[in-house]
Amino acid sequence: MVGSPVHRVSAEDAWSRSMHPDIESERHSQSFNVEELTNILDGGAQNTALRRKVESIIHSEPELSLKNNYFMTQNERYEAAIKKKFHILMLAQRLGWSEGSRELQYASRSVSGDLGFAIHHIFQKTIQTLGSEEQIAKWDPLCSKFQILGTYAQTEMGHGTYLQGLETEATYDAATQEFVVHSPTMTAIKWWPGDLGRSATHALVQAQLICSGARHGMHAFIVPIRSLDDHSPLPGVTTGDIGPKMDFDHTDNGFLKLDHVRIPRENMLNRFAQVLPDGTYVKLGVPKSNYLSMVAVRVDMLLGEVLPLLQKACTIAVRYAVVRRQSRLRPSDPEAKVLDYQTQQQKLFPPLAMAYAFHFVANNLLEFFRHSYSSILDGDFALLPELHALSAGLKAMLSDFCTQAVEQCRRACGGHGYSKLSGLPSLLTRVTASCTYEGENTVLYLQTARFLIKSYLNTQKSPGSASKGSLPQSVTYLTAPEVARCPARTAADFLHPKLYTTAWAHVAVRLIKDSVHHVQTLRQAGADEHDAWNQTTVIHVQAAKAHLYYVTVKIFTEALEKLESQPAIQQVLKRLCDLYALHGILTNSGDFLHDGFLSGAQTDMARKAYLDLLPLIRKDAILLTDAFDFTDQCLNSALGCYDGHAYERLFQWAQKSPTN
Amino acid sequence: MNQDLQKERAGASFIPELLTNVLDGSPENTRRRREIENLILKDPDFQHENLNFLSRSQRYEVAVKKSATMVEKMRKFGIADPDEIMWFKKLHMVNFVEPVGLNYSMFIPTLLNQGTTAQQEKWLHSSKGLEIIGTYAQTEMGHGTHLRGLETTATYDPETQEFILNSPTVTSIKWWPGGLGKTSNHAIVLAQLITQGKCYGLHAFIVPIRELGTHKPLPGITVGDIGPKFGYDEMDNGYLKMDNYRIPRENMLMKHAQVKPDGTYVKPLSNKLTYGTMVFIRSFLVGESARCLSKACTIAIRYSAVRHQSEIKPGEPEPQILDYQTQQYKLFPLLATAYAFQFVGAYMKETYHRINEDIGHGDLSELPELHALTAGLKAFTSWTANAGIEACRMACGGHGYSHCSGLPNIYVNFTPTCTFEGENTVMMLQTARFLMKSYDQVHSGKLVCGMVSYLNDLPSQRIQPQQVAVWPTAVDINSPDSLTEAYKLRAARLVEIAAKNLQTEVIRRKSKEVAWNLASIDLVRASEAHCHYVAVKLFTEKVLQIPEKSIQAVLRRLCLLYSLYGISQNAGDFLQGSIMTESQITQVNERIKELLTAIRPDAVALVDAFDFQDVTLGSVLGRYDGNVYENMFEWAKKSPLNKTEVHESYKHLKSLHSKL
Repeated sequence: MVGSPVHRVSAEDAWSRSMHPDIESERHSQSFNVEELTNILDGGAQNTALRRKVESIIHSEPELSLKNNYFMTQNERYEAAIKKKFHILMLAQRLGWSEGSRELQYASRSVSGDLGFAIHHIFQKTIQTLGSEEQIAKWDPLCSKFQILGTYAQTEMGHGTYLQGLETEATYDAATQEFVVHSPTMTAIKWWPGDLGRSATHALVQAQLICSGARHGMHAFIVPIRSLDDHSPLPGVTTGDIGPKMDFDHTDNGFLKLDHVRIPRENMLNRFAQVLPDGTYVKLGVPKSNYLSMVAVRVDMLLGEVLPLLQKACTIAVRYAVVRRQSRLRPSDPEAKVLDYQTQQQKLFPPLAMAYAFHFVANNLLEFFRHSYSSILDGDFALLPELHALSAGLKAMLSDFCTQAVEQCRRACGGHGYSKLSGLPSLLTRVTASCTYEGENTVLYLQTARFLIKSYLNTQKSPGSASKGSLPQSVTYLTAPEVARCPARTAADFLHPKLYTTAWAHVAVRLIKDSVHHVQTLRQAGADEHDAWNQTTVIHVQAAKAHLYYVTVKIFTEALEKLESQPAIQQVLKRLCDLYALHGILTNSGDFLHDGFLSGAQTDMARKAYLDLLPLIRKDAILLTDAFDFTDQCLNSALGCYDGHAYERLFQWAQKSPTN
Repeated sequence: MNQDLQKERAGASFIPELLTNVLDGSPENTRRRREIENLILKDPDFQHENLNFLSRSQRYEVAVKKSATMVEKMRKFGIADPDEIMWFKKLHMVNFVEPVGLNYSMFIPTLLNQGTTAQQEKWLHSSKGLEIIGTYAQTEMGHGTHLRGLETTATYDPETQEFILNSPTVTSIKWWPGGLGKTSNHAIVLAQLITQGKCYGLHAFIVPIRELGTHKPLPGITVGDIGPKFGYDEMDNGYLKMDNYRIPRENMLMKHAQVKPDGTYVKPLSNKLTYGTMVFIRSFLVGESARCLSKACTIAIRYSAVRHQSEIKPGEPEPQILDYQTQQYKLFPLLATAYAFQFVGAYMKETYHRINEDIGHGDLSELPELHALTAGLKAFTSWTANAGIEACRMACGGHGYSHCSGLPNIYVNFTPTCTFEGENTVMMLQTARFLMKSYDQVHSGKLVCGMVSYLNDLPSQRIQPQQVAVWPTAVDINSPDSLTEAYKLRAARLVEIAAKNLQTEVIRRKSKEVAWNLASIDLVRASEAHCHYVAVKLFTEKVLQIPEKSIQAVLRRLCLLYSLYGISQNAGDFLQGSIMTESQITQVNERIKELLTAIRPDAVALVDAFDFQDVTLGSVLGRYDGNVYENMFEWAKKSPLNKTEVHESYKHLKSLHSKL
């Protein structure tokens, strides 16, 4: 049955041979072809087929089952994750899945990324980016064969997002041609790196380079930390696990304290800078190139980690909402499906709309990244500022929104959403981490804001010549002709993508102008540049958020235009797009009313349009979550299985709990 | 003491002790509370093991042990007053999660309220001494807030004079009751009473579930733990399935309703009194919302004063992160909210006691409003606190994700408050029902009193065709009273809109119930606005009652911030209702920023005034002495994973490269 959706049902459970009638009835009449929508999400039917093939291989291996995850201790999760990783590596070897292949991506997705050595790969990638040819030749094969295990040690106990503040030092000793790597204070202890607590034999340490008596800023050093014979910490190295966390039990986040540890000169990664034997510092590249690996990680994490967590949460919550019956809508009726309550639709459909919106947004960003990456490798850095601003902002927005939406899905499942067996608590604890790792979100919003203000000021410099072409693509709307009033006359007008895209553009432009105005007012009043910036950051964050909302609405509407040959799917997705845009307008209605862009009457029309969308989405809701095509094994939820038998499964799983 | 915190404390504009007295109700209360807390802190029997490093089953065991000592110690210390018991438990149990908790909070009170004298004589003594450990089993797997939907049956058999208890379906299995899984040997079970072939609705029965002495489940009883949850690790929430299980007739609680030996059913007189317990628990939860948010603010604000990061001006030392406007904007509105909810909680408690006395005198007139108000405020405060705790956690960056911060623990143990004791959306709709009733009453020419009396002044009541839009816009944004008026107008407007939309739907759908569902989003909005108004009003009134000038000044700033922030966040409502103008909203946003600066010097003193013991916070980041980093390192070293330098799981790593 490989390649068909039927394999989603876990056949070992007796009741699963049948469908729960309440979920079956939802699938009776289909207003669109679910399989085609799945193909769109996968990027083509051949990808769907390949993904299912990989999933069926993965799910036939008992060693790769996630079943007992909720009952395991931190240590058991860690050991299981190593074994799983090992098992997948063996499979890959046997089946010829190469590094970075689609097959391995799908394999990782089907075990929910519950694998060891994620940071080992970042260690390896960093050497590939920042190392010289000789260094790559030396270290890369050792990594690929797992002869050594690496970690990437950047964050310190007292220092995170602000890299220049890192305290770890690497001082060059010309007499022995070695670097002395040292943690001078308590706050300098490396803290949080994954794979460090118990696994890594080597760490890529980011440290302040000191040579010939001068400080040269952050550089990367390969530091051996554990013996390759018996794994004991090497002299001068204090390392261990940082203790229990909200989640990521499968990863051994660790600490690393270095006491004058000596490493050979060759262990500094020297593609872009090097220290000659006599201690002379030589710079070979631009400092910007350091950014690139950070940007790459932010782009990758959206599709690989963050978005599937929201899609799973929607699948579980929507399925459970058609199986759960509670109270009555009419006194004579049986108890109603909770999804038929307007308040439940209000909780679940905006997250569902986001799950689709962000799919198109994240793919669009990935395309932009690939496009600009190749020109950057050719030495053309023109696109880097926009790429940096867009990836930082979208990382912040998507991780924020996904976290809130997952939590909303969890709470929409009532009491059972509190049970780990629902799968929802783990989805939340996992997604919420993404708001702080790879750059704290507020800091990232502010980076986007800086880019916006700069772009806006550019449009002001030479009013005559500020042609559209000279502005980065994502901000061309800054010079679009001003629309002071929304033209809508009926609720139906709010279902025009052009109308709501323009509305978002209007608010974004207004807030960006406001940002600039606030800074300038303070500057004129005598504040220096930096104080003026800090005293206006609240409005900058607001402006960045409005801009990003505009960008996401625009990308979603443009993606829909491309679906013209599939009108049924286009129609159902357009409803989600409308809902996404209007939900944002209504939750921020003050911003739209503020300068009279929307009148009170128009706001009411928008609300009506929004409310009228809910019942339309209602009838397709199950199909829209089916289209994500998660296997039951991958969802690992007693509430959200394809067959709808939530209660039987919950009872069965609870009885397996070790407490019984 | 950390120097930063020392400086913060020296620079405060008021003496925290005086504010602590306000929060406790009087200096005498503060004294007595500390006296009780010191009993625990100084008693070696009460030394806490760090729960974070224990498995679930170990945490349960510790909690059971603690419960047992607690009963003994309270007797020894002579602690019997309800407030004093609360103080004692809050420090002793930390998470306030207690496996035998339901014996005292539900089993015994229900026995007292609904049991006959004979029944009390039979069970009360042994349950007080924990010979009988009781729990309260209401919620079923498929049924929660909607009580009439419960499926468990108790069928009377006159031949043997027994009730036959049965769980006829999977969905009827009792699910979630605390202490049911492993701890309790008796349960008060809510079941549909069937006698002489007729169903008489829900009644309470005392059901023995485990054998005294051996603690084994009795024949016909299937009982166990429902498995791992998001939090509440110390609690054995359980399931209970009864298979034609017989109990004597005397085990039905018969103070109100009765079943005679021949099976004749005797109706209860009035049932309004059972409201009392619900009102009490919900008003207690309002206080819990305040307490948990206060804890989270304490941790986040102290840590933000200790943590230095990045730079505001180049070349200067890294500033405390509390000096960043974005950080203040995240935390100070939450601090203001925590204070607002402290006073709302205190008001609810007073009102409950006052009305309880009235009830004693047979006066039930205020009960409906109190019931409606507690439902809405429980939902309003718990939703806000839930999001606020999570925001505090994220404001601590990466370290907030570690259990050493204490914040994940506060969150996971607080978040069920949004679903238990009445799911929040359902609660909001209960308040809405009262608001609609009051609106109708005013509409039919009768005045209403209490918190909803503003409905008497609706413009539509005075001159028929007058539009909401012509309400005066004379809001003074520096006057808490004037802001309270603005919130009142907002509530009035949204209640009126909901009422009108409801009427329109009733006319269109010809069914009240269907119309109710289609207006429910509007209804929830109206309830939220009403609750928000109540919170602003109570805070404003409280500030006026403070005699001490320095305390009044600092609380006034918080009260203003709370009110203005709410306006800023809901600007659309105030603009659309013409309650405020655009330029006023702009002023509001400016004023908020001024208040952030004004509150900044008092921030640490304001959280000190909550007067939480370090053990209650359970946080390395929120320690009173601010020595965060050294203790974080110590904490991590205590993790069981660091007991040996090379962890035993090394064996899995060792085999890795040899096989690949």
